[in-house]
Amino acid sequence: MKYVMLFIETDEFASTLRGMGPEERERAFAKVGEWFAANAAKIRGGNKLRAPETATTVRLDQGEPVIVDGPFIEGKEVVSGYTEIEVDNLDEALRMAKTWPGCPVVEIRPVEP
Amino acid sequence: VTDPLHGQLARVVRDHAGQLAAALMRITGDFATAEDLVQDAVLAALERWPVDGIPDRPDAWLFTVARRRALDVLRRENTYRRKLAQLQWPVQPEPEDRLRLIFTCCHPALAQPAQIALTLRVVCGLTTAQIARAFLVPEATIGQRITRAKRKITDAAIPYRIPDPDELGTRLTQVLAVIYLLLNEGYLSTTGQAESRNLVDDAEWLARLLHELMPTEPEVAGLLALIRLHRARADGRFTPDGALILLPDQDRSRWDEAAIADAVALLIRAARQRRPGPYQLQAAIVACHAEAKRWEDTDWEQIVVLYDMLLHLAPSPVTRLHRAIALRHTDGPKAALAEVDHLADALDHYHLLHATRADLLRELGDPELARAAAERALQLTTNPAEQAVLRERITA
Repeated sequence: MKYVMLFIETDEFASTLRGMGPEERERAFAKVGEWFAANAAKIRGGNKLRAPETATTVRLDQGEPVIVDGPFIEGKEVVSGYTEIEVDNLDEALRMAKTWPGCPVVEIRPVEP
Repeated sequence: VTDPLHGQLARVVRDHAGQLAAALMRITGDFATAEDLVQDAVLAALERWPVDGIPDRPDAWLFTVARRRALDVLRRENTYRRKLAQLQWPVQPEPEDRLRLIFTCCHPALAQPAQIALTLRVVCGLTTAQIARAFLVPEATIGQRITRAKRKITDAAIPYRIPDPDELGTRLTQVLAVIYLLLNEGYLSTTGQAESRNLVDDAEWLARLLHELMPTEPEVAGLLALIRLHRARADGRFTPDGALILLPDQDRSRWDEAAIADAVALLIRAARQRRPGPYQLQAAIVACHAEAKRWEDTDWEQIVVLYDMLLHLAPSPVTRLHRAIALRHTDGPKAALAEVDHLADALDHYHLLHATRADLLRELGDPELARAAAERALQLTTNPAEQAVLRERITA
């Protein structure tokens, strides 16, 4: 069973990260690296995304395509990355998500077969 | 349909529906399909049994209907058909089967209202209509909730399993929360409507089943004791015409003394494991009331101690309010009112806060403020039995 984990950042998390000294930030990133290493057998790919300010949204439901600066939802919580995993069931995906050491919210979505 | 028959039908269905669901689940490996087949069989039973009488072997009857339907539904699925054809009833029941079923229905990836509806339908064999009536919710709403939950179980691959030991504690807490909600939902409803399902009965049945399956979990025993202690006193709680009688005014000779003793014994056995929890503590508090021969004999000191322990384990403003009510009997109305006023912000929308304030203010000689508080309480409660009590207070 394949799922995508969407990693979601909050304003608070982003500012904590900005407030960190270089060493502290290094340690935080290292933890994330360890998580990916520990779960390598289940991970099928994924990427960290650039900041939401770099996003461009195209709306196709208003006649002509409309191009808008920014993410599709302006909010305090934004998708900051994703990874595709392959595990037996939702409990295994939840077990992985519970140990995620990065941003404070993770959404788990099954991938359509 | 006369009421006793109605109740008997419900009990017979409940005793077998979950087992049937588990057996079908084993064959099809598909939760939604198994669940549909059981619901069909239950509906058929509720239609036929009042006319033909309850069969000698209700489990076999339900199974036969479900199998016939399954062979029809799964026409193209040859593996299922073969398995179904070979299957003899009764299937050797596996105790783990029903636990799997319960834990799947109460999976945290489902919203709690869906967990409740699913548990009632799959584990207890209620129909969608019965669930809707019990919760005073349109049938379509419950139907939609169940359909959506089943779709999620399939599409998101919510597993049909007992959680691993390291997750079992948390997951069990969620199952117990569902049963506790059924108790609460059923607790205040009067037995007036013959058609309406007694959810407390389902709560007790579920707790007993869970206790049989997990006999070493003290919180399961605690919740079962709590439910039984409430039920043992149910007869004293309402007048024949359905009006609520408050605890001090209840005729304690109408309480079921033997049932109280049994529940207390169960609670003591659970407490010996020295793993206290919120349900054991709540049951202990109710036991203090249940064991007092008269209102004046209530051991309020002990009750306040138990509330302190409960607040330590599970802090909540509602529990603090109940502690304040007990405090009125140990430290007097002034101390109690001070506590209640501390909670005024957190519980401004809770009728019991205002009803308690009304009582305390009246006792402290402030009828004006007492009346205002009682009126606020009346605005906030929707339960007719509670409304009647408050109205009486306001006009008194």
